Amino acid sequence: MSLKKVHHEQPEKFEFTQSNFDLAKKILEKYPKNRKKSAVMPLLSLAQNQNDNWIPLAALKYIGKFLSMPYINVYEIATFYSMYNLSPVGKYFVQVCTTSPCALRGSNNIVKICKEKISKNPSELSENGLCSWTEVECLGACVNAPMMQVNTDYYEDLDDLSAEKILNSFVDDKPLSPGSFRNRKNSAPEKEKKVSNGIKNA
Amino acid sequence: MLKEEDKIFKNLSNEFGWKLEDSLKRNDWSNTKDLIAKGRDWIINEIKTSELRGRGGAGFPTGLKWSFTPKKVGSRPHYLVINADESEPGTCKDRDILRFEPQKLIEGCLITSYAVNANICYIYIRGEYYNEGMRLQEAINEAYEKNFIGKNACNSGWDLDIYIHFGAGAYICGEETALLESLEGNKGQPRLKPPFPALVGLYGCPTIVNNVETIAVVPTILRKGGKWFGSLGRPKNTGTKIFCISGNVNKPGNVEEEMGISLKDLIEKHAGGVIGGWKNLQAVIPGGSSMPLIPQDICETLKMDFDSLVAVKSGLGTAGIVVINKDQDIVKCMARIAKFYKHESCGQCTPCREGSGWMWRILERTAKGEATYKDIDLLEDVTKQIEGHTICAFGEGSAWPVQGLLRHFRKEIDKRCHGEPIIKKKRKVPYLIDQHTLESKDA
Repeated sequence: MSLKKVHHEQPEKFEFTQSNFDLAKKILEKYPKNRKKSAVMPLLSLAQNQNDNWIPLAALKYIGKFLSMPYINVYEIATFYSMYNLSPVGKYFVQVCTTSPCALRGSNNIVKICKEKISKNPSELSENGLCSWTEVECLGACVNAPMMQVNTDYYEDLDDLSAEKILNSFVDDKPLSPGSFRNRKNSAPEKEKKVSNGIKNA
Repeated sequence: MLKEEDKIFKNLSNEFGWKLEDSLKRNDWSNTKDLIAKGRDWIINEIKTSELRGRGGAGFPTGLKWSFTPKKVGSRPHYLVINADESEPGTCKDRDILRFEPQKLIEGCLITSYAVNANICYIYIRGEYYNEGMRLQEAINEAYEKNFIGKNACNSGWDLDIYIHFGAGAYICGEETALLESLEGNKGQPRLKPPFPALVGLYGCPTIVNNVETIAVVPTILRKGGKWFGSLGRPKNTGTKIFCISGNVNKPGNVEEEMGISLKDLIEKHAGGVIGGWKNLQAVIPGGSSMPLIPQDICETLKMDFDSLVAVKSGLGTAGIVVINKDQDIVKCMARIAKFYKHESCGQCTPCREGSGWMWRILERTAKGEATYKDIDLLEDVTKQIEGHTICAFGEGSAWPVQGLLRHFRKEIDKRCHGEPIIKKKRKVPYLIDQHTLESKDA
């Protein structure tokens, strides 16, 4: 369970746009008719996408009404799962994996670089308001460690130099394309011998 | 070493393309109709002969699990749920199946759904795998177009609909009952078992929950025969498995290998060896972070399968191998894992919710050398109090790695923690400390 802070400034109203409303109706069809509640997670993600990557309280109320479930249940779910942001994040939301397999390969350095390039503390907007960063638990790309996720994309096989380059590209609003930054093909072991990078005491 | 023709996932690193037409070249969907025509009992028996064990961590025999579902559909429909909530640190095999071998998974879904009488299949993918999920959705759409799934799928007379449900970043949802809770639109907190999901699962209906890899190997087993799969590895530990090798190795990666391959071969031949040479190896976590680590001397001769690893008081788990070399601080590394469990505990059972925090704090102190020798005894005690006292296996998962550390690296820890307990040093003790402990001399 993660600590969640509800943003102090909340919009008064939230409604799905027409296209999202249709999408929501479509999502409901996936589940049995008397089990509308199942759709609460996809709808929360939809609301988050619509509202610049964070969910205001008004949206929780709206979804509660939409699925005829109590507001508190929606609130409970929005606070339980770590991917729902209850306060604004940057346009580029950088999530650095720091769990052991990544830490062994030097993800702590990447956190340091994030502090330099984006903001001193996690979940703070950068000076130009475009980026924010946070540490997260295992993102499931351990053989491509260290790595980070920016919005939905995975940036893999990083080192200090490439991490700096990537973060700069977000601060400048000209994002690099995701993938491996060691010219590696997906997650198969590399064919040619690489020189080890000798990271000590992660 | 596994022969090329025995490999099940030939496209694990996307050398041949993931699209439907490419998959057809790799024999997917070639005779699905005939396989289904042989009947439920044949399918379940063939899986039982193959001795396939679940690939999600617990290693429960798959054929047996399927045979628990009611033979006839009663008033409640049956469901098949695929667990793609892969969040165990060190594991990333399902991601590659979702990205590059989606048709194998979809075909497996159809055959399994038929075997367990399900018409609806949900695939629960962790929210972070958004792109992978979109890829799978594309593959599902392709399969619908060709009528491989949908109404009268593959002309077999069986209807199947597959839906993707995204999670939202909760490790605990990889536990099958927590996953079902999450799918029903609740907080992902595990349920008490029994009743098992095979009888009372999703929406109270009979449900089979299987890992992605388990389901994706099913079509190949049926095509080549359960005997073929059973001939790989050794009895009760059969078949092939995707191993994810990460951490301090020269060439980390995912490889498919035969069960029972030696750990040294895996690391030296496939992963390019430990950084700094084999002698520089400190410890290996053999099956994702929940499994106790094993020190170098055991690694020397270790075979990677379920029973061999249980024999050295660890487990195969998800086969996510994390290699730790001597340049790393082992206590710091385990403290980080303890932090992971503290963060991910769902908060339902007190021993786990509170204990995971205790373990993390004590390990952090130990890593800095600030812990006292009494703290280490306390740490051991806490792990014992969590283990076996929680609803789901998360309790064991958080306690076992710490127990493994204490079992194998006690000397290393004792070297750092020779401090006396605070009370003996006559420091000013905050009033919250129990007064009776102050009175006894050896407190």
